[in-house]
Amino acid sequence: MGELRAKWKVNMYAWLLLLPSLIFLLLFTFYPVIQTFILSFHQADLGSPEPFFNGIDNYKQMVEDEVFWKVLTNNIWFAIGTVPTSVALALGMALFANKALRGKSFIRTAYFYPTVVPMIAVANIWLFIYTPEYGALSHVMEWFGKGDMNWLGDQKNVMWAMIFMVIWKEAGYFMIFYLAGLQNISQELYESASMEGASSWTVFRRITFPLLMPTTMFVSIIAFTNSFKLVDHLVIMTKGGPDNASNLLLYYIYETAFSFWDQGMASALTIVMVVLLLLVAAFQFFAMDKKIHYN
Amino acid sequence: MLRKFTTVGMYGLAVLWLFPLLWAVWTSFRPRELATSWSLSADFTLDNFAKVWDSAPFDQYYINTFLIVTGILVAQIITATLAAYAFAKLQFWGKDVLFVLFLVQLMVPADILIFPNYNVLRDLSLLDTKIGIMLPYFASAFGVFLLRQTFKTIPHELEEAARMEGCSWFQILWRVYVPLAKPTYIAFGLVSVSYHWNNFMWPLIITNSVENRPLTVGLAIFAQSFETGAQWAEVSAATVMVIFPLLLAFLVFQRQFINSFIHSGVK
Repeated sequence: MGELRAKWKVNMYAWLLLLPSLIFLLLFTFYPVIQTFILSFHQADLGSPEPFFNGIDNYKQMVEDEVFWKVLTNNIWFAIGTVPTSVALALGMALFANKALRGKSFIRTAYFYPTVVPMIAVANIWLFIYTPEYGALSHVMEWFGKGDMNWLGDQKNVMWAMIFMVIWKEAGYFMIFYLAGLQNISQELYESASMEGASSWTVFRRITFPLLMPTTMFVSIIAFTNSFKLVDHLVIMTKGGPDNASNLLLYYIYETAFSFWDQGMASALTIVMVVLLLLVAAFQFFAMDKKIHYN
Repeated sequence: MLRKFTTVGMYGLAVLWLFPLLWAVWTSFRPRELATSWSLSADFTLDNFAKVWDSAPFDQYYINTFLIVTGILVAQIITATLAAYAFAKLQFWGKDVLFVLFLVQLMVPADILIFPNYNVLRDLSLLDTKIGIMLPYFASAFGVFLLRQTFKTIPHELEEAARMEGCSWFQILWRVYVPLAKPTYIAFGLVSVSYHWNNFMWPLIITNSVENRPLTVGLAIFAQSFETGAQWAEVSAATVMVIFPLLLAFLVFQRQFINSFIHSGVK
């Protein structure tokens, strides 16, 4: 009897400790997602003062919406452009910063500092870099005798311009995780490899890279999620243009909800986003040993 | 040969990486007429900063950002400490399910729920308030996992000993667990502060008045109030002003900052 009471007490106590977090979690993650799921089956725009049920009309409309497919493809290209390059670059930076003989802390600082610069500030600076005629890039291209390019105003260039900027912003952040990963590799492995006369490429291929695999997985997932979260710069630089060439899913949700005031459609789009991110989470869950990071 | 080549390349990359910042700082001190030209003259001025300070309420924005960042951090530390203790040290009914619920917040962060959370705030009549900016971030799954990790490494004997001496559970938490987890608190604090200092989309949507706008939103509004290219010097000055506090903090606490980031993601 006393044991049961003690158990009940611990339960009570644990739930009370979790309650504050749980309230905010429910109120700002679970409740809104459910609410949005319901709203996504309703017509709720400026033309309908009271939302009414319209089945899967929003989703049907979405599938037929060219802009939706455009932003989704853009986002996938944005991910393909940013994730592998910034992760590979981060690994290179970490290997170098770990070994650099001179100016170690200068190197680390130079690579890392974009992480602490707000995306909005980044956008302001890079807008000036990309501006035709007066921008930094135009000056540099002039030196090399190349013609001027309109980086942000041209549909073919704008995505590349964004991708390069985001790689600049993120690579140093990912470097930190690799630096941490490198600390965990035992020095003995390297010593015995050098005793056997292995080349540095072999050492990298056989020891460093495989042992950093968990870090690579972890960082890739962050990079992928970021490619769906990062849209601040669009507000300053392009507003998704020209002709949606740089538009991304989250920015399209923002436009749909707060410029077009189509709440039903914004809900449907949000649900697509949530499902997408949960799929990635599921992939992460199965693809990697979850003990690595959560236990 | 190849090694030398990469070494030069990596130092070159560092310089390339520094360029945008140096350029922005340089431009911000240049007289307006010279801002777009690449002439190397000794003309420097503080006019741009003075103008920015006069033409937009950046002092108010600084205060707002400061209050928002601090409010979020304090709330997160309280909620995360309590939850982390429960997850780390107690066995209770529903633990696994709750753990998964917390995991979901890591995967579906508030940043992408801008539209749903706007509706929640509207229903709570909290649009255009500082507390409204803060509320969705009061629970931090990231903080909970980080602290749980640390609490788990603290031996149970310490808690037993404290209990023997007649400490209440709150005293145990406050006197045993919190002090021993200090590095984790610092790490989490830095991550949280830099994250919310930089946050933009959410405050943009829900704020509407100078009294509540944070720096990032203020900067965006300031930058957009000009025709492109016309006021580079002033926009650069405003940008540098917004970047400056965090960057300075980073340069001063560089080692700790980087180590804390290392701490925060991977154990």
